[in-house]
Amino acid sequence: MKLLTVNFLTCAVKGCKGSAASFPLHFEDAELEQREIGYNPTFLSNILPRLDWDAITTTALELGFTNLPATKPDGSFETADEHKVMRDLHTLLMETEVVQGKMVCRNCGHAYQIKEGIANFLLPNHLV
Amino acid sequence: MSRPEETLPPDLFYNDRESRKYTTSSRIQNVQSDMTYRALELLQLNGPSLILDIGCGSGLSGEILSSVSPVDGGPHLWVGMDISASMLDIALQKNVEGDLLLGDIGQGIPFRAGSFDAAVSISAIQWLCNAESSEANPQGRLSRFFNGLYASLRRGGRAVCQFYPKNDAQRSLISSAATKAGFGAGILEDDPGTKKSKLYLVLTAGGGQDQG
Ligand SMILES: [Zn+2]
Repeated sequence: MKLLTVNFLTCAVKGCKGSAASFPLHFEDAELEQREIGYNPTFLSNILPRLDWDAITTTALELGFTNLPATKPDGSFETADEHKVMRDLHTLLMETEVVQGKMVCRNCGHAYQIKEGIANFLLPNHLV
Repeated sequence: MSRPEETLPPDLFYNDRESRKYTTSSRIQNVQSDMTYRALELLQLNGPSLILDIGCGSGLSGEILSSVSPVDGGPHLWVGMDISASMLDIALQKNVEGDLLLGDIGQGIPFRAGSFDAAVSISAIQWLCNAESSEANPQGRLSRFFNGLYASLRRGGRAVCQFYPKNDAQRSLISSAATKAGFGAGILEDDPGTKKSKLYLVLTAGGGQDQG
């Protein structure tokens, strides 16, 4: 599962809808893999306004990435530095995958297991 | 031949054996991919998009989304949800580019508001109408699904769901649940009245000007 997807996932439990603590989900025992995917600046520009930067920062720190810009890049590609920022973002969001571990909701404590990169969001009926 | 929806719930029906059968039949594959291209056309995307694939199965539609060329406004990135672990396992073996989520769309769509540019669904949403237990009635499942889908799309975003309703009652049950969730909804029928007839539920989130 790409870190991009993680930036959009929330807890699925009924009582967690609208609770600030249910996003982002927090990683435990995460194993990462890098997988190359074509660099697509047009896609990045499209997605950038929708990214929750605080959540990305939280997720990145939990997984051991510390060199993220403090604020969201403005999405311009004018200078070499700006290009590098977008390249790095591509590597982090599109090419970094969580293959094993769990994601935990800070509101209800529910843990979503990740196996072979697939997160299990099936809930027992009483949580729906 | 009985309809699969009437025999077992999808996670049990699409066990390893059925999943393999489904994903190795070239006839089924061709029909599925034709419908994906049609749905993609109806989505009218204008650039590389983030797309939710509802009932992604073995990732057949997803592979098509990933392979749209830059000239045609792609490639798109997708996240697929499916209730069948066996189907997802086949997608995994194919090393598809999109992300896969094991989940029941009748329980809702676990993404924050405005996540996706668009959503696509091929031959999946009629499964919402079968419910095995009293706590999971079709109305509840349909409403959790469409409410969740509506919220997860950005305003003006579209969803195109090709589906096989059992009868007219089920067809209107599904489309009225979509409208109730706030979607602008229309049903498009290709090759009406023939054996090849295909229904597409075309949904727009946020209504307004973008309604075809
Ligand atoms: Zn929760």
